Amino acid sequence: MHNPQLNKNGELQHLLSIDGLNAAIVRHILDTASRFVGVSDRDVKKVPLLRGKSVFNLFFENSTRTRTTFEIAATRLSADVINLNIGASSTSKGESLLDTIDNLAAMHADMFVVRHAQSGAPYLIAKHVDHLHGPHVHVINAGDGRHAHPTQGLLDVYTIRHYKKDFTNLTVAIVGDILHSRVARSDIHALQILGVPEIRVIGPHTLLPSGLEQMGVRVFQDMAEGLKGVDVIMMLRLQSERMKGALLPSAQEFFKSYGLTPEKLSLAKPDAIVMHPGPMNRGIEIDSSVADGNQSVILPQVTFGIAIRMAVMSILAGN
Amino acid sequence: MQNPPDAERAYAALLNQLQAERISHYRLVGIHSGGVWIAERLQKDLGLPGPIGELDISFYRDDYDQIGLHAEIKPTAIGFDVEGASILLVDDVLYTGRTIRGALNVLFDYGRPARVDFATLVDRLGRQLPIEARWVGTRIDLPKDEGLVLTRDADGPTGERFAFSVEPFVSVKISS
Repeated sequence: MHNPQLNKNGELQHLLSIDGLNAAIVRHILDTASRFVGVSDRDVKKVPLLRGKSVFNLFFENSTRTRTTFEIAATRLSADVINLNIGASSTSKGESLLDTIDNLAAMHADMFVVRHAQSGAPYLIAKHVDHLHGPHVHVINAGDGRHAHPTQGLLDVYTIRHYKKDFTNLTVAIVGDILHSRVARSDIHALQILGVPEIRVIGPHTLLPSGLEQMGVRVFQDMAEGLKGVDVIMMLRLQSERMKGALLPSAQEFFKSYGLTPEKLSLAKPDAIVMHPGPMNRGIEIDSSVADGNQSVILPQVTFGIAIRMAVMSILAGN
Repeated sequence: MQNPPDAERAYAALLNQLQAERISHYRLVGIHSGGVWIAERLQKDLGLPGPIGELDISFYRDDYDQIGLHAEIKPTAIGFDVEGASILLVDDVLYTGRTIRGALNVLFDYGRPARVDFATLVDRLGRQLPIEARWVGTRIDLPKDEGLVLTRDADGPTGERFAFSVEPFVSVKISS
């Protein structure tokens, strides 16, 4: 089957989704990232790999953390970074997405980092640049709709590997708003590729997509039951806009059933780690004492995210 | 294919030269993988202060645009302050000089050394940059499509031993 992420030699040309990558490529990204972690501790926090290359951050949807970490990653690779505030630019004047891309490619862009509210937008861009601009232009999906957020999935498995070393004996629970979460989808694919034997998803019926079991995960609506004996707890952000509809009664109700409190955390293994992709809603999906507690690895996730994005960019630009 | 040089004889010759020098204050830095092994052994044989530094130059290669990132990148770890240090950089084979250019760039991103010298087990003809080793174990000329690969037997009957083999040049890439 044709995989739009790979070039004719089977190497990563774009990073659009973790789904469809093999374990060798995922491990290569993680191993490469581990070598970039040390770069941030040096006198000179830069390596010259992407010197002379231009990376365009195209965020059609707001983001602070992801955009900033991509920007830091690109500058630590010595690339030039151009941030486009799309909302305030041409698209609001009626320019089409692909016209915007063509104009930027004509400015000699080497890489596009794309976030878009529409699932599949980065695919459309990748297909377009392959066709029109050739193999030297690369696309990274920085989150598209409900579909995928591959660098988040990669930094999450990097974090798990950092603390747990081996994937093949782990039980991992993903908790919260699975339905709207591109992070959950990317995490599940990444964990499966790396051989995690048991993945659990925990959430209220209204926030669990149908057919989840067919992804090979165990589904729990009772958080206490789902957290029993897990090694890793991955909390998801509850988007406040979801509260307005019929999906949830209230933030307090949600916290009562699905918020991660010290009591619920004590049901997991004593050395379980707690993760969150950010931004966190304290008191809605996670209790402050857990978020700041000694099992939390939420801030290391952010640090590792820079190394993962450096690895992805430098592998893509070299293929 | 041509016979590879005798790595043990080259090492003995290199050690012999270094023993005659006043380098007791030097810190050793090896380039992965062969250079690190040689630096480790030199440290013991010369009694130089530890720990040795180790460099991988993958992020500093000038042919990244052609070959991309190699499959396995080794750690870069320099456990001493490069600022003001006298450094003996060590590698197994000096060929085009491009690796050493990259290694110097890595070092300077850690600080400004007082001086950097360079020792190599083998000096292979074919320099493309104005870079030379101060100490050389042996010299050799090989066809362009052949490469020298150093192996280490850490617990042979007479202790640690090095050996060279001649292999075709290949670049490693990860794909599905």
